[in-house]
Amino acid sequence: MKKRIVLIGNGMTGYKFCEKFAASPLVKDYELLVFGEEFHPAYDRVHLTSYYTGTIPEELLLAPAGWYAEHGIELRTHERITSVDREAKTISSAKELTYHYDILVLATGSSAFVPPIEGIEKEGVFVYRTFDDIDQIKKYIPRAQKAAVIGGGLLGLEAAKAVLDDGLPTSIVEFAPRLMPRQLDPQGAEILKSKLEEFNLEVLLNKSTEKIVGNGSIEGLKFTDGSQLDADLLVISAGIRPRDELAKQAGLEVHQRGGIVVNSKMETADPCIFAIGECVVVHNMVWGLVAPCYEMAEVLVKNIGGGSAEFLGFDLSSKLKLIGTDVASFGDALSSEIGMKTIVYENKARGVYKRLNLSADGKYLLGGILVGEAEEYNMLKQVVNNKMVLPENPEDFILGARGGEGGAGISVGDLPDSAIICSCENISKGQILNAIEKDGCEAVPLIKKCTKAGTGCGGCMPMLDDLLTHYMKSQGREVRKTICEHFDYTRQELYDLIKVNEIKSFPDLIKAHGKGSGCEICKPVTASLLASIWNEVIVKHDTIQDTNDRFLANIQQRGVYSVVPRIPGGEITPDKLIVIGQVAKKYDLYTKITGGQRIDLFGARVDQLPSIWEELIDAGFESGHAYGKSLRTVKSCVGSTWCRYGMDDSVSFAVEVENRYKGLRSPHKLKGGVSGCVRECAEAKSKDFGIIATDKGWNLFVCGNGGANPRHADLLASDLDKETCVKYLDRFLMFYIKTAGPLVRTAKWLSELEGGLGYLKDVIVKDSLGIGEKLEMEMEELISHYQCEWTTVVRNPEMRAKFRHFVNSDQIDENIKYVPMRGQKIPAKA
Amino acid sequence: METQIVTAVKEWIKAAAIENFPENGGAAVLINGEQIAVFNFTNEGRWYATQNRCPHKGEMAISRGLTGDADGHPKVACPFHKRSFSLEDGKCLTDEQYQLKTYPVKVEDGFVFIGIE
Repeated sequence: MKKRIVLIGNGMTGYKFCEKFAASPLVKDYELLVFGEEFHPAYDRVHLTSYYTGTIPEELLLAPAGWYAEHGIELRTHERITSVDREAKTISSAKELTYHYDILVLATGSSAFVPPIEGIEKEGVFVYRTFDDIDQIKKYIPRAQKAAVIGGGLLGLEAAKAVLDDGLPTSIVEFAPRLMPRQLDPQGAEILKSKLEEFNLEVLLNKSTEKIVGNGSIEGLKFTDGSQLDADLLVISAGIRPRDELAKQAGLEVHQRGGIVVNSKMETADPCIFAIGECVVVHNMVWGLVAPCYEMAEVLVKNIGGGSAEFLGFDLSSKLKLIGTDVASFGDALSSEIGMKTIVYENKARGVYKRLNLSADGKYLLGGILVGEAEEYNMLKQVVNNKMVLPENPEDFILGARGGEGGAGISVGDLPDSAIICSCENISKGQILNAIEKDGCEAVPLIKKCTKAGTGCGGCMPMLDDLLTHYMKSQGREVRKTICEHFDYTRQELYDLIKVNEIKSFPDLIKAHGKGSGCEICKPVTASLLASIWNEVIVKHDTIQDTNDRFLANIQQRGVYSVVPRIPGGEITPDKLIVIGQVAKKYDLYTKITGGQRIDLFGARVDQLPSIWEELIDAGFESGHAYGKSLRTVKSCVGSTWCRYGMDDSVSFAVEVENRYKGLRSPHKLKGGVSGCVRECAEAKSKDFGIIATDKGWNLFVCGNGGANPRHADLLASDLDKETCVKYLDRFLMFYIKTAGPLVRTAKWLSELEGGLGYLKDVIVKDSLGIGEKLEMEMEELISHYQCEWTTVVRNPEMRAKFRHFVNSDQIDENIKYVPMRGQKIPAKA
Repeated sequence: METQIVTAVKEWIKAAAIENFPENGGAAVLINGEQIAVFNFTNEGRWYATQNRCPHKGEMAISRGLTGDADGHPKVACPFHKRSFSLEDGKCLTDEQYQLKTYPVKVEDGFVFIGIE
């Protein structure tokens, strides 16, 4: 009979133990029973904020719920273990069940540390640690006007950004004289502070909270210096506390400041009990990052199997993006070594701070700090960890080489094969090269799948890309995102070629710059580019359009089309509603209200399209471009004209913006929204651009979307007047149109944009590239060429003639059949 | 121009005048009650014809697909789910289980003719 390992804790460390267990020989001799206290199986707590912004729990799970059973592991979630009986070798749960163990592994993790402040029990005070915590904050937000976050560390800043994005003015309260005191020095912290303040986050330093005031629920904070802060929602993020209560109850040694004491083999004093993760103290400290905890899990699996592996400490370098600002510290970041030399670069105007700590002899890099820009992070970390001898001008690392290769002359090629590239999964350069070379993983997603590198925090992804590029180059090959086999250019390069050479058709383009006959990829890309550059009627290029654009309608089951007239802002008169009804009735069309606040008419044969549109156009409608990679709708809420909560007239602004950009062709579809207040009934933050009224003007959000991977839009600029808002929108949309890859929506484009949101703000708001005016002019030019393409078609007999099923017969397609449903018709199955 | 296999053709049926077909694109014709997709590769001076029905979902839509080439071989991509078919032998290039019937095409006196077996 197999012996039983009981694992208490199904967090990230617990899951890693399961994963390593399932892949080890232990499965032959042991069964594994796992307990989790939370409702969901182990999830990616590092990316908890993405749950806040809307990612569903299932996507954050480290393994699907079924994974455990498939690997012979029994997982019992939502069952808290309350006691351990070491004599009997049993544990008992809150469900009053008792289980036997042969080996007990404690991976109980940590909880948020809540300081004993008077009034902390008041309603409206939260921590930021689990799905549950976030659900509770979300529920409370609509009641709140102003938020505060206690704790200016990593998690506190994330929490602050999350509530700020929910529309609450937010203050960060830090006890220390600077932000992120464990990672940053005073200068770096000051730069970070000014960055945060740009985002309207208030930062209060040197503040010790004495009391939380309020009657039942929180109304504010009182500090020991006598000052006060109004807040009706408080998130506490003042560090973590190891969960050692079970160990304590079982009589195991715990550290005086908390944490189960284990040796480097993860052993407690009881030979049958081990502990790993954030709940332990090893080498006299708690290791609060995921990578060392993963390492502990791996060490323990080896040791249970009879090995003698040891956890020898871990590199605590970290890099993260806080509110659009890169912050990294690596090696000995706050070094105080005697004789240590520093190289410092500071640019307050751009919000950049970089510091390198060099050994006394100047030969080695000990560590450093990067704020504002951290592209060099991965390489610098490698230089520290591999004790590489520094080049002659180490300052080139942070200043950029002058007239040579970047990175002070050290590139991924110089790293030893043993260099750990992915520290979460402990994957070396050699293993990655092996995957590329032997297993043919010639794309980053393949490398990820094959080696698991990059599946943790994702921080090593740029390095994986560099390694692949370096390898390909060494083979005389290249990795480029060219369009397809017919064009050796990227979309952006084609954009420039078409514009500069004034190319007006696909045959001209492929003759001059491509080869072959083209295909279903490069033809629509070219069609989109021609439309984005010249804005001519797209029917001129009908055979290079995807079928929706070729027939200016959305193809549906049975090859029939749907018709969507534009209803700007979702506002429509009764007379126009009647016309839609009459047309639908006359042509027997199925009607449905769309998600974009308009009306879709389904079931039109291709030959009926021109006459249907003629009737709609005569009644004052225009094409809704529902078929195009172009502006769809600008959704609006009721706004201040009718709504008692409205701060401003969202409908008028939505109508204005939709009419401005109607017909604008882009790399992918574009959706917008305008809400009249923070209640956000127009769901503008799930759009490519969203505008939300404040008491001082309009907040402009960009790069959100719904769909398969929902993403909330980011705040680009706040409290704008209408003219400035439209100006920034012009710039933003034109910049996107010019630089995005084919079929890349704004959200994905931003995630791939080097420099991210900070860079986008620089370009759009600060005009750092000096192209603002040019972008505005290009947009004006496009807008001036707008015409309703359906109006053009119905008034032009030659274009109208293209809308028929057979070119040699007026017969209709007999394949189209319908069946009734709820008083309308739907297509019959083929 | 490719040599068309004409031996099996029983009858050439006049489909329509050349100008009825879009340049560098496709259109459907009705021949003896059958829907046939005809493709005009204007730049290359070639014509192809296949069944109009997509073998994947049974939609009458192949003629509305985008034409082009893969490695120099002519093809069409179905507008519904983007499966690509060779216009030389009708084989699906992305999913082996699907196959289009192809027809010989000839052009005479400004008219397009389809060869029926």
